[in-house]
Amino acid sequence: MKQFLSFVRKEFYHIFRDVRTMMILLVMPVILIILFGFAITTEVTSVPFTVFDQSRDDVTEKITEQLNASEYFDLYDTAGSYEEIRLLFRKEKIKIAIIYPPQFASAYEPVIQILVDATDPNQATSLTQYATTIISSSPAIRVEATSLSRNPVLLPVTYLLYNPLMKGAYNFVPGVMGLILMLICALMTSVGIVREKETGTMEVLLVSPLKPIYIILAKGAPYLLLSMVNIASILLLSYYVLDVPIEGSVTLLFMLSIIYSIVSLSLGLLISTVADSQQSAMLISGMALMLPVMLLSDMLFPMESMPYILQLLSNIIPAKWYIMAVKDVMIKGLGTVAIMKELIILTVMAIVLIAISLKRFKIRLE
Amino acid sequence: MKVIEVEKLTKQFGDFIAVDHISFDVDQGEIFGFLGANGAGKTTAMRMLCGLSIPTSGKARVAGYDVYKQTEQIKKNIGYMSQKFSLYGDLKVWENIRLFGGIYGLTDKEIAAKTDELLHILDMENERNTMVDSLPLGWKQKLSFSVAIIHEPKVVFLDEPTGGVDPVTRRQFWELIYQAAQRGITIFVTTHYMDEAEYCNRVSIMVDGKIEALDKPSVLKADYHAENMNQVFQALARKATREE
Amino acid sequence: MRTIKYLLEKEFKQIFRDKIIFGVIFIVPVFQLSILPFAANFELKNISIGIVDEDHFEYSQQLTEKILSSGYFHLKDVSSSYEEGMKAIESNTTDILIEIPNHFERDLGKEGKAEILIAANAVNGTKGGLGSAYISSIIQSFNEELGYSEPLAEGIVTTNLFNPHLDYKHYMVPGIMVFLLTIIGGFLAALNIVSEKEKGTIEQINVSPVPKSAFLLAKLIPFWVISLLLLTISMFIAWLLYGLIPVGSFWIIYVFAFVYLIAFTGFGLLISAVSSTQQQAMFSAFFFIIIFALMSGLFTPINSMPDWAQTITLFNPVRYFVEVMRMIYLKGSTFSDIAGQFGVICLFAVVFNTLAVVGYRKSS
Repeated sequence: MKQFLSFVRKEFYHIFRDVRTMMILLVMPVILIILFGFAITTEVTSVPFTVFDQSRDDVTEKITEQLNASEYFDLYDTAGSYEEIRLLFRKEKIKIAIIYPPQFASAYEPVIQILVDATDPNQATSLTQYATTIISSSPAIRVEATSLSRNPVLLPVTYLLYNPLMKGAYNFVPGVMGLILMLICALMTSVGIVREKETGTMEVLLVSPLKPIYIILAKGAPYLLLSMVNIASILLLSYYVLDVPIEGSVTLLFMLSIIYSIVSLSLGLLISTVADSQQSAMLISGMALMLPVMLLSDMLFPMESMPYILQLLSNIIPAKWYIMAVKDVMIKGLGTVAIMKELIILTVMAIVLIAISLKRFKIRLE
Repeated sequence: MKVIEVEKLTKQFGDFIAVDHISFDVDQGEIFGFLGANGAGKTTAMRMLCGLSIPTSGKARVAGYDVYKQTEQIKKNIGYMSQKFSLYGDLKVWENIRLFGGIYGLTDKEIAAKTDELLHILDMENERNTMVDSLPLGWKQKLSFSVAIIHEPKVVFLDEPTGGVDPVTRRQFWELIYQAAQRGITIFVTTHYMDEAEYCNRVSIMVDGKIEALDKPSVLKADYHAENMNQVFQALARKATREE
Repeated sequence: MRTIKYLLEKEFKQIFRDKIIFGVIFIVPVFQLSILPFAANFELKNISIGIVDEDHFEYSQQLTEKILSSGYFHLKDVSSSYEEGMKAIESNTTDILIEIPNHFERDLGKEGKAEILIAANAVNGTKGGLGSAYISSIIQSFNEELGYSEPLAEGIVTTNLFNPHLDYKHYMVPGIMVFLLTIIGGFLAALNIVSEKEKGTIEQINVSPVPKSAFLLAKLIPFWVISLLLLTISMFIAWLLYGLIPVGSFWIIYVFAFVYLIAFTGFGLLISAVSSTQQQAMFSAFFFIIIFALMSGLFTPINSMPDWAQTITLFNPVRYFVEVMRMIYLKGSTFSDIAGQFGVICLFAVVFNTLAVVGYRKSS
């Protein structure tokens, strides 16, 4: 036991001595939370547009003014020809162009043309919708407001549950937690162990009387601690800075995080038994762990839209289950019973992964 | 002819004086042993002579070039083999020879000839296409030494070249050193093994950044009334105040 | 400078001999380009909905069909009460619950209007918000179908330029190529240098007459070559899988990519100059990669960011290349159109490499 403790201490020294790496690991979650919280959004605001006004009458000027006044659009410049519009698009100066036909106000059925840069299809769809709504509801056009007829009407009434303001933070905070834990536990562990392999110090440990399981435990301990510090800082930041509520039990959140960290640690260990250089350990962790976490965990991209095979694939990603459970506890305020399924899946993953990597680790020993 | 001339050479890191006004000369073809405990300042001194680090004060010339201004000239005229094995493990034997031959300005033809000659001398003709990583340590060290003098430098610096090698291979290694010295290559070697110190023409012993003794091994043994170099070394090292 | 030939030989041999690195360099692009565009998609499809009809509304069947036929939704749950429907949302079986409450038809007849409740799980705000907005607009147009109200928006014709089928993959693929070049070209080179530091082999080069510049150049050239090769493979895959061919010219892509690589390997050099272990270099690189990627407009539009964040993106080289790749690939922009971005990238190349050289001077 004493041996074990002194070994744990050595691991702590090892990791905490590299001040820069430590700083990065502690600052990373803060930066991610700030970027996701304040910078990364798909909302459309102040998009530059141009008008090609062949009519130049009160109505068209009024519409242009209204578009410009909305929060969605900012007039970049007026254009004098289609050619000019093309050029503005090609130079990435505008995203949308409105073209009024000649004699707009007096024409019988005038048609307004909207040209939209559809390179980004999502933004294009939103832009068209906003522009259409603004134009067609413009009082300049609808002189006789078509008073909603006396016919009966079905009125949709929407309730946005759990997150009425549709804040992105509710969704990405759990995602960032999943990403950071994976980063620390899996990436750092795998690279750290392979480094010892490379420098030969691993051999020294392996011939020592310590059992492999203790070596592994000692290696994992500092990362586990670091992970918990990061989870705490993420929760504090999101609660106080981003106003994300913590509806459920904090203890449960930490318990969940510990289980997930153990899964990640064993993944890191497994990678370290496969890779024989630090670079390959990093590349494998990066490609096989980090990328799937970012893509297949519903953090950035909606899972439902993906091909079925990717949805199936996402089931073997621990982060998916972890993030789902965190959302249930943190945002929906559900208890242990509701996340039983996720808990069981993560625990089984942990046991299986530890068993496999211990076995592989022992084989290397012989 | 003096190949290395050192006068009051000093290197200071902040308050710490790593090398403290050392002075000595080394003749051409001489095997010069540079001894000292860990932390005595050997490596720092050696790095200055190789042009890897600029001295704080003092004078030194290696192969006739000044260590302050002519480091590039020095690098062309010396060979170096470090305590850590420094050939590329993921390159084959012939590829390493080709690489370092090329680096030191040999032509492709010269490299080819040199490779054959070298492999023959080392009796490693069958290992031409072996990855260096899979060679036994002793072979690696011998190969490493031969590569370090591939361009027939005026001086070769050996930083604990035989660390971790068995006595038989060490003997063979020293054979190579003697052969090189006979061709006129000056050998500047640091070592932990005191029996190896006996093989040197002259030996200097550094303690806490200063050279405490410098002479032929036989003279030193007589001066310190010692039977072997180990006893000489122990007598001097006892004075050290620096921690390892 | 003659020695660089030998150094280059060494680098190429070492890279091609490391099976994992080699595999990563050539398999990852194929993998990323074939999977990422499908995954990295903000388009909403297949949202799971539940329906509760407490009033047995006469058109309820028609409405359900209309909602499902939009292609955005999947019916996952039909419950008899609101509470039951909510359970399905809690257990993540459904994302949106549509409820036609009691007395629906009575209200419709009496007051001329009746409310349909849409309850959306908005933990993922975009999903909940967009999904319920889709349903609202479907209900609106259902009104029109039943002759309840008049359609809006007449006399407006919209043309989608550059990506007429609104294919999100066409938007992502050029951006992903940039990301690949950034990782392979910029950071592998940095790690490679640091690994020589760590193993100590760099000492052997330092005592030799090889100038530092030759050593570094020999380290970078293979990664430039590999990256450009990779770019070519990527463009081929993009054509094969997505039928994507740049509208603009290939040579602008290559010229821009080359300068970008010089800039980014310069950044990698800077990292390697200030790192002594691979772990350190890796985490420094990782730190910047994540920030660069998120702030590059690769995933989310830059013009949606707040002003301070947009200002930050000006200092992000990735941003310019992503922008340019999309412009050339989809819009067919010419060199004069991207001259501004090109100038900035050249500036980055000069600044990063100067800093790297200074960093190396200091560290030696």
